Amino acid sequence: MSPSNIVTIRELSKEYRQGEIDVVALNNISLDIAQGEFLTLMGPSGSGKSTLLHIIAGIDRPTKGICRVQDIDVTKLNESGLADWRNQNVGFVFQTFNLIPVLTAFENVELPLLLTRLSAKRRREQVKTALELVGLADRSKHLPRQLSGGQEQRVAIARALVTDPKLIVADEPTGNLDSSSAQEALSILQLLSKQIGKTVIMVTHDPKAAAFGSRSIHLEKGELTN
Amino acid sequence: MALPLRYSFRNVLIRWRSTFATVLGIALVVFVFVLLQSLAAGIEKSSGNTGDSRNIMIVRKGSTAESASLISRENLREIQYFEEIARNERNEPVISADVLVLANLPRVNNNGEANVLLRGISARGAELRPQVKLIAGRWFTPGKREIVVSSRMAKRFANFGLGQSFKAGTASLTVVGWLDGGGSAFDSECWMDADECRSLFERDLYSSFLVRPVDEAAGAKLLERIEADRRFKLKAEKEEAYYQKQTMTAAPIKWLGGFLAIMMSVGAVFAAMNTMYASIGARTREIGTLRVLGFRRRSVVAALLIEGALLALIGGVVGCAIASLWNGYTTATMGFETFSEIVFEFTVTPRLMGEGLIFAVIVGLMGSFLPSVRASRLPVIDALKSV
Repeated sequence: MSPSNIVTIRELSKEYRQGEIDVVALNNISLDIAQGEFLTLMGPSGSGKSTLLHIIAGIDRPTKGICRVQDIDVTKLNESGLADWRNQNVGFVFQTFNLIPVLTAFENVELPLLLTRLSAKRRREQVKTALELVGLADRSKHLPRQLSGGQEQRVAIARALVTDPKLIVADEPTGNLDSSSAQEALSILQLLSKQIGKTVIMVTHDPKAAAFGSRSIHLEKGELTN
Repeated sequence: MALPLRYSFRNVLIRWRSTFATVLGIALVVFVFVLLQSLAAGIEKSSGNTGDSRNIMIVRKGSTAESASLISRENLREIQYFEEIARNERNEPVISADVLVLANLPRVNNNGEANVLLRGISARGAELRPQVKLIAGRWFTPGKREIVVSSRMAKRFANFGLGQSFKAGTASLTVVGWLDGGGSAFDSECWMDADECRSLFERDLYSSFLVRPVDEAAGAKLLERIEADRRFKLKAEKEEAYYQKQTMTAAPIKWLGGFLAIMMSVGAVFAAMNTMYASIGARTREIGTLRVLGFRRRSVVAALLIEGALLALIGGVVGCAIASLWNGYTTATMGFETFSEIVFEFTVTPRLMGEGLIFAVIVGLMGSFLPSVRASRLPVIDALKSV
């Protein structure tokens, strides 16, 4: 493993059973992702790109292989260990934003910080900084339903970066956005990678979105094609 | 770390339309529970208010109530000269030999008939019961077939107005006064002269003696003396203790209240469960997101249990609020000690309301337990994929 690699994947496979059929989602994948890289995962539906992203992010488990993020093999962590690890190391951005509808933008962004030992004052400062970074400081008291899709996704990005994680994973983050909102969201992810040095891994179908990344890899039938 | 309380609280409020029926169901259970218990509390309070700590009640050995007791006139002649018994300013022993008679009398508005307890008291009878006040008219004059009725009974029975007469057995009695028992069991009685009562209703024997000892020590001595003297075959106990035991009527009401509440709560638990399943089912992805962010299973379960408890608590508060409207309302039932109509007030105490709220929370927790555990056990990835 190169010292600059944040993610090291070796011979990773994932199989699952769908009815009577065994489906191979990932087949013997090996991959390195460098610190600060903006990697895009592309491929047709069912190619395994989201499965790969989920395994890296610690929300799914492989059938075999190694997935090391920094020094930790996430495949070896138990349920509660994984929950803590995700909270401290990974920020998530989803296609459907996944904000909690009954909480305001501020409270949504603050959620992951409630699991840390930060004081209320420190939490407020961090939430404010994250919302300023995505240009939504003035919308902090709004509920998700009072925001546009683009604004919701920017709140979700603020939530992903508020804990200062090493890794930000985004699963089709522009899938539900119009082109200008998509542009804004991608620009923020790019900025996080280029200027702040965060490692961003994004799954997308859209080649225009993939162009914002520093490297793009393709999957097909669970295998890397380039 | 737990999810913030506002998460649970706002989830209850935001889905108020779907939770409304459950809240009402739980409110109904708590209402029935609190109301029936307040009936029992009213009966208990009425009995508990009755005794005077200075008095001693004497009944026949083996009798559980004075209405089932018979004491001879010879016993009165002997006991009234005991030196333990106090004497008033005219040097008369403070003792009342009472006769209890049941009369079947018509209610107001032709609303059927019910047994009324007529108490014949001796001259000292009213002195021994200072909580009983004459609030209208005058006390009866012995020998003139006069009677003083409880003002609360006057509202419930025909011909109980001042100056009116009613027939009890073969006798015709004239109401000359109204008494107020101050929330005691005497609110369910009519008083007349003891010897007149015995002669009108052909009773040779008295039912009970109520006596005032000289002091505490004399009281203890009197209890011992009557208990030890084999000639009497009598039982003496403090009047307070006697009335505290006279709460048998409250027991079946309490039992019925508990039973009904438990039966209804089974339905309420299922209603709460249904609401929580629907509420949780609609936000499986939200729960998946919370897990992804690092919240553990137990945090999710706790938040959902709190939500269910809050939901039920709102129902509980509504139920208690409605039940409290009955507080102080006067009603009557047949007393199992005397088989006569007893008048009492619904008594919704803070303790009863507290019990009602705890009951509601238990219903809420039971109803939300299974849905919460099921939601928390769903694999994160499956929860996220949920539509």
